[in-house]
Amino acid sequence: MPEWRRQQIERESRLEAGRRFSDGKVFAAKDTTALLEAVIRPGDRVCLEGDNQKQADHLATALAGADGSRLHDLHIVQSGLVLSAHLDLFTKGIASKLDFSYSGPQGAAIARALYAGRIQLGAIHTYIELFARYFVDLTPQIALIAAVSGDREGNLYTGPNTEDTPTIVEATHFKSGIVIAQVNKLADRVPRVDIPGDRIDFVVEAPTPFYVEPLFTRDPAQITDTQILMAMLAIKGIYAEYGIQRLNHGIGYGTAAIELLLPTFGESLGLKGKVATHWALNPHPTLIPAIESGWVKQIHCFGSEVGMDDYIRARPDVYFTGADGSLRSNRAFCQTAGLYACDLFIGSTLQIDLAANSSTVTPERIPGFGGAPNMGSDAHGRRHPSNAWLKAGREATEAHPGMVRGRKLVVQLLETFGDKMVPAFVEELASVEFARRMKLELVPVMIYGDDVTHIVTEEGIANLLLCRTAEEREQAIRGVAGFTSVGRARDRKMVESLRSRGVIRRPEDLDIDPLDANRHLLAARSIKDLVKWSGGLYRPPGKFRNW
Amino acid sequence: METLEIRRTAAGRAPGTKGHAITGVVASGNLEVLLERVLSDTQCEVTVKTSVEGFGDVWRAVIDDFVERHSPGGLRISINDGGARPDTVSLRLAQGVRLMEVDG
Amino acid sequence: MKAPLTKYRTGSWYEATGRERVAGLLDTGSFTEFIGPEKREVSPHLARFDLPEAFDDGIIIGRGTIKGREVLLAAQEGRFMGGTFGEVHGAKLTGLLRYARGHQDAPRVVMLLLDTGGVRLQEANAGELAVAEIIRAILDARIAGVAVIALVGGRAGCFGGGGIIAGCCSRIVISEQGRISVSGPEVIETNMGVEEFDSRDRPLVWRTTGGKTRRLLGGADAYAEDNIASFREAAINLLDRIPAFDLDTMAQEQARLARRLEKFGRCQDTPEIWQAMGIAEPDRIADLPDEDFDRIAHAQKEANHDAR
Repeated sequence: MPEWRRQQIERESRLEAGRRFSDGKVFAAKDTTALLEAVIRPGDRVCLEGDNQKQADHLATALAGADGSRLHDLHIVQSGLVLSAHLDLFTKGIASKLDFSYSGPQGAAIARALYAGRIQLGAIHTYIELFARYFVDLTPQIALIAAVSGDREGNLYTGPNTEDTPTIVEATHFKSGIVIAQVNKLADRVPRVDIPGDRIDFVVEAPTPFYVEPLFTRDPAQITDTQILMAMLAIKGIYAEYGIQRLNHGIGYGTAAIELLLPTFGESLGLKGKVATHWALNPHPTLIPAIESGWVKQIHCFGSEVGMDDYIRARPDVYFTGADGSLRSNRAFCQTAGLYACDLFIGSTLQIDLAANSSTVTPERIPGFGGAPNMGSDAHGRRHPSNAWLKAGREATEAHPGMVRGRKLVVQLLETFGDKMVPAFVEELASVEFARRMKLELVPVMIYGDDVTHIVTEEGIANLLLCRTAEEREQAIRGVAGFTSVGRARDRKMVESLRSRGVIRRPEDLDIDPLDANRHLLAARSIKDLVKWSGGLYRPPGKFRNW
Repeated sequence: METLEIRRTAAGRAPGTKGHAITGVVASGNLEVLLERVLSDTQCEVTVKTSVEGFGDVWRAVIDDFVERHSPGGLRISINDGGARPDTVSLRLAQGVRLMEVDG
Repeated sequence: MKAPLTKYRTGSWYEATGRERVAGLLDTGSFTEFIGPEKREVSPHLARFDLPEAFDDGIIIGRGTIKGREVLLAAQEGRFMGGTFGEVHGAKLTGLLRYARGHQDAPRVVMLLLDTGGVRLQEANAGELAVAEIIRAILDARIAGVAVIALVGGRAGCFGGGGIIAGCCSRIVISEQGRISVSGPEVIETNMGVEEFDSRDRPLVWRTTGGKTRRLLGGADAYAEDNIASFREAAINLLDRIPAFDLDTMAQEQARLARRLEKFGRCQDTPEIWQAMGIAEPDRIADLPDEDFDRIAHAQKEANHDAR
């Protein structure tokens, strides 16, 4: 007779091994490594909750401290690999295989570990792609998660940074896996139940609160005049042109400039209420002036942002909040919203090629992609119309006018040169060389060129929807590539003809005055200004203060 | 430091009546541009002193584009550059020529 | 082309360039520059270090009117070489101050818009001499009855010789972002260790050297919001409150400093001082809105001593 309960039996034996260190579900921080060694088995798929914001840092450090002869060859399946402890797992041989989405600050260390053969790379995913695989072929046996508080039954309060937790717990618990939570505080009662206790097997009060990176705080003081010029181009040439109401922004300074120009430049164009009303977006501090000026109707968030909690609590008409008053975020839902319910994604990249493929991967750094490949893609399953979506669809094709299919606007906003005069426009993405060196079957591409509808640089806007041939597309890209070698190799006559057709639009074509490309145009020019806009409710971390 | 002297013929006289204007600040990644209306109506001379050497061809391309788009005839333009990127240079030149025309 | 969107130019002092501050501080159109950028009086030293020059060597000097009153004025550009005192930079300021003292038709008020990290390292000797000459020139001018008013609120702060120069002025206006000190945060950390002073702990840096602290301790005489209009208003108000520059003022100042040391010398951080001064919620000072803070500062005896 076949055995149908192998996973449940296995789970029971692991729980029993773990209970030697716990009192009920609760165990002490000093026993964390021992408990992990007891419940985890070599070769397990482990999700160590870490995304680009909150980190199960106590559990990560404890796992990295495990005995490599007991725990080895783990397969790490997690969205963010950003702590040095995450890398230690691989250098110590505790883990060997990796599937992830984002690594940000550890990008260079991951590259080194890959070349040294310490990491077998599965794939660099977009967030919901990895989440989807949690339910199909990358289901974790072990999930190590983080919450603000928990009770002895395992009920968890995640606070504003709910992020990936419900998704990870869903995939792990309901497939006979084991879920271990670190909490900042063990409590008799949690302020709200974000994760029901019967899905949690063990709880530990961490010695220090979990780490959260203020990743979405852009100091307005760093925004340059060039970025302001580009933001004006985007607002006038795209937001106004298509009437973009539902959108997502990347986290660069260019998009921060757009957020800060809505109440000034956007107001002068009479766009309030007509554009940028509904968002899938983290609580960007730079959006505060637009919110306070009445531009924003609603925002759903992937996670929270350090210092924004009190502001969000005071603005429940705008944000999603729970019965306790604090933000409820959810990365899986928000990414889905970005895919299906937004008409525009605008974000930056490190490199873009002549087919508009973009990537942030270089042979030296593999920062991952996070949500950009998802947000920056046209959802072929979308079936609901909107004016912006239909207009973009009409521009994309002249054929079959009776059967127009809409298009999501996917905008790349980038300065032609990056730091140290490194050109952003290239003949070949550095990720192609990376794939060759690593013998990867798939070149890591953040956003595929055929999904990109517009490129905005300081030189102007290239509308790729209006290009009819590959050659036109290439010249449209060269036509906004500025003084990079790609830009200077343009066919001037063809670029001028594209400009006369409106495929390329320069600031002067949009009647944008270069004298307005000035920081005075920002609704807030410093973090202090943002604090003032928020009525003192936004409390920035110390590193952003100059008072 | 590298000094570049670039002379071009402009289509016409730069608009406005101001005698001189200055914009920008010399700082890392930034530059100052001094514009003086001292040449005949179609002449334009640009002197660049830059801390980043070896980008002469990029400077010439930036100036050519500027002369073509903004027609800065009659102007002697002097630049002290702290390593600004071409986009910043283009923007400051465009702003400078506008300053010769209006009170900014 | 239409007019630029100037209506949004509310003009943060911290953000503004030296030239923007001058234009906004003075009555519109009243400024006449001395030795302007077109004269190209640049540093004779920077080329030797392969460093770019500025046409005005980072300082703008000239005359104009403020609410109709004639003033002389100098503004440092904090973003060029950190607003540092080089040879030409210093000579321009010294010359302006000597003109104020020496000429019958010169205005009797000098505004110093300080934004400086101190002496320019590449011109060390010339810069040190310049600072000494400027201090002498300020004191001579004050003895001759000229009011010298420092305005501090720029990115570079007011450090090194600049901190001493500010201390020699008749009056000081400062904003929250402004900082006055002699040794900068990095210098203290380098010499005394990060345990003594963590230069990257920004709230610590500001509550030690920043505008609110200087104002409450009486090291500055007026507090401005971080915009050019507020600095202008504060400067105008001070014009009629210039203390006599005599032995009596100096003696009072000395006594006041001795008392300060006695009362607060054992405090480890500024909130302890505010506590000792009887200020409610001393930890909240850093987060107080400008108007609330200004009210508290006005009520403090320590902050409003005539002998600064």
